[in-house]
Amino acid sequence: MPTKIEKDALSGRNTTGHDWDGVKELNTPLPTWWVYTFWATIVFAIVYCALYPSWPWFKGHTDGMLGYSSRAQLARELGAQAKARSAFVDRIRGASLEDIRKDPELFNFAMAGGRSAFQTNCMPCHGAGGAGSTGFPNLVDDDWLWGGKIDQIYATIQHGIRNTDDNSRQSMMPRFGADGVLTAAQVAAVADYVLSLSGRGKATPEGAKVFEEQCASCHGAEGKGNQELGAPNLTDGIWLYGGDRESIYRSIFYAHNGSMPAWSGRLDDATIKMLTIYVHALGGGR
Amino acid sequence: MDGSFHEPEQPLYATRVKVYPQAIHGLWRRVKWAALIVLLGLYYLVPWLRWDRGPDAPSQAILIDLDGRRGWFFDIVIWPQEVYFVTGFLILGAIGLFLATSLFGRVWCGFACPQTVWTDLFMLVERLIEGDRNERMRIDRTPMSVAKAARKGLKHTAWLAIAAATGGAWVFYYVDAPTTLIKIFRGDASLEVYFFIGLFTATTYTLAGWAREQVCTYMCPWPRFQAAMLDDQSVIVTYQKWRGEQRGKHKANESWEGRGDCIDCRLCVAVCPMGIDIRDGQQLECIGCGLCIDACNRTMEKVDRPLNLIRWDTLADQQAKESGKKGIAWRPVRARTMLYAALLGVVAAVMLVAFVLRTDTELTVQRDRSPNFVRLSNGDIRNSYTVKILNKRRSTERFELSLEGLPTGTLGFVGAEVEGSGAATRLVVHPDTVGTFRVFVTVPQANAPSGSKPIELTVRDGNGHRASHDAVFVGPAH
Repeated sequence: MPTKIEKDALSGRNTTGHDWDGVKELNTPLPTWWVYTFWATIVFAIVYCALYPSWPWFKGHTDGMLGYSSRAQLARELGAQAKARSAFVDRIRGASLEDIRKDPELFNFAMAGGRSAFQTNCMPCHGAGGAGSTGFPNLVDDDWLWGGKIDQIYATIQHGIRNTDDNSRQSMMPRFGADGVLTAAQVAAVADYVLSLSGRGKATPEGAKVFEEQCASCHGAEGKGNQELGAPNLTDGIWLYGGDRESIYRSIFYAHNGSMPAWSGRLDDATIKMLTIYVHALGGGR
Repeated sequence: MDGSFHEPEQPLYATRVKVYPQAIHGLWRRVKWAALIVLLGLYYLVPWLRWDRGPDAPSQAILIDLDGRRGWFFDIVIWPQEVYFVTGFLILGAIGLFLATSLFGRVWCGFACPQTVWTDLFMLVERLIEGDRNERMRIDRTPMSVAKAARKGLKHTAWLAIAAATGGAWVFYYVDAPTTLIKIFRGDASLEVYFFIGLFTATTYTLAGWAREQVCTYMCPWPRFQAAMLDDQSVIVTYQKWRGEQRGKHKANESWEGRGDCIDCRLCVAVCPMGIDIRDGQQLECIGCGLCIDACNRTMEKVDRPLNLIRWDTLADQQAKESGKKGIAWRPVRARTMLYAALLGVVAAVMLVAFVLRTDTELTVQRDRSPNFVRLSNGDIRNSYTVKILNKRRSTERFELSLEGLPTGTLGFVGAEVEGSGAATRLVVHPDTVGTFRVFVTVPQANAPSGSKPIELTVRDGNGHRASHDAVFVGPAH
């Protein structure tokens, strides 16, 4: 193809010099700033490739002269965050729970930190708002298995319930039916008695007798429970494993011994304190 | 098909023809100088106004404190949730612009727009350093020399200095002006301060120094739709064709019979900052600054013809005169202007009412939805709420919270700043802060509503300030 650049008579511009079956094209170059921008992007790309990780390499990728990695950046930012928080966190670590509750600044910080820790660690069992579900205690109500005073909540979170921690809360309800301690009829009778404790149904003398022999040692003669042993109050309206006759029968027959992990090894003390403040403030704290 | 091909008359891409506006004196130039002095004066000086608000508040009369999330306007403090006042002012500004445009055409563009004002200032500097139109055109034609480079360099330095002052003044609306000014020069102001000074320096320098009329012609959206506000009763800069044509050169002592008053001196073109010829009629580029009026009047004085061959006039009047009829008087009162004025009044009234009803105590109540309600061990039903009390006053306030809508409901509180107990419970909120509390509402099982029931929480302090908020109480459906 012959290349012959001509000046176009109408526009005064040069043609590209190409001729396609008589069709010629005007040479309309990009605006200068555009061309310079294009060159600038190329220069930028080269500089970028030299400075930052960019090319696949035999083991991974080129590191770049700045030695940048997004992982290191994240670690740095997390470190900076932790440092920014440390002023408060250190104060929380050093203060007693009562002092934290009285100091508005620390209290608000602990509530926010406790909420965040709760969502990460506690929510799977106790629910986002602490409402729990069957087998997982509601932390918003005013009923506590192991005590709702702030120190008791603190101890429960630190050491957990029925686990291998040395200071874990420990107790065990026997499997009265399954292990043959009571007959099915006795279990049924004592279930009726338990129902009557919260004002439902009528108890038989046999149920009362079995309760006194087998249950009262932990749940108390009046069935009010014992927080030392995590024995629930049987006279109120709150039932961890269901309060209908069928559920109560099953609870006595097979027993439930719910467990909660110890958190002192997994979370630092400041976080546990913040969790304690948060859980205590959910509504049930005494 | 005859196979012929019609070449477009004009290229699709217009190369910019540099505009060299000539200096002109006259009434509208004076009005423009006055507007420039007032507007720039306001812009640069307002951040330096001081206002005593006591020890723990900024002493700058107008300060938009983004870090502290407060807008300070003399004795008015705007919190972030009151940004609708800003929205209101923007709406007022827009409708005001509509009204001004339907009355006087592009009076905003010609006199008050920052692009116009700063371009005017930059042109003044340019003229002082490089000389007037002909001198500047001559310099641009000559090859680069030391003298030319010195002049150009001086001009750009002056432009950059103005641009930097512009960016600096902008920053002062957001940070304390006197302390920040010192910090800027000491080099220890924040990165944001330097960034925004740099940004506004760059934009001012580029837009007012280089882009100029191209901003109005190509970038600005306002000229695109301002035609919708104009009608034949809007006063706009108009060349009176019926009087000016047939135009032509005129020698002294020649008769004016049979010809128009326009002597084609092209002074109106030379002074135009947009580089257009007003005699071509109303056009998109015209910003309505009136400098061509000043230019034409000077020529009319010289040739001793009546002034205002180019003048402010309405299209209706011109059309009447063109067809030889009597002129039509301007009608500022018409449906369009009345509508804009009415809208302006309504928005202003709404804002005024909102402002008067604005309280310095506010309450927000958010109910916990997880769980929806809690059954306590004695069967009582309890709902939890997160209550936030905004205390906009400069004193610590103690609020009493009361509940309406649940006669048997009792209140419980959690928060570090809860004083007292029972009916004497007071929620303490520090000056200019938001106090956050958890509030429990408990009702006996027998009185618990089935489903949700509206309630109202009210806070009162000892001085008669109060605020209420609606909420609901949810009980088990039965």
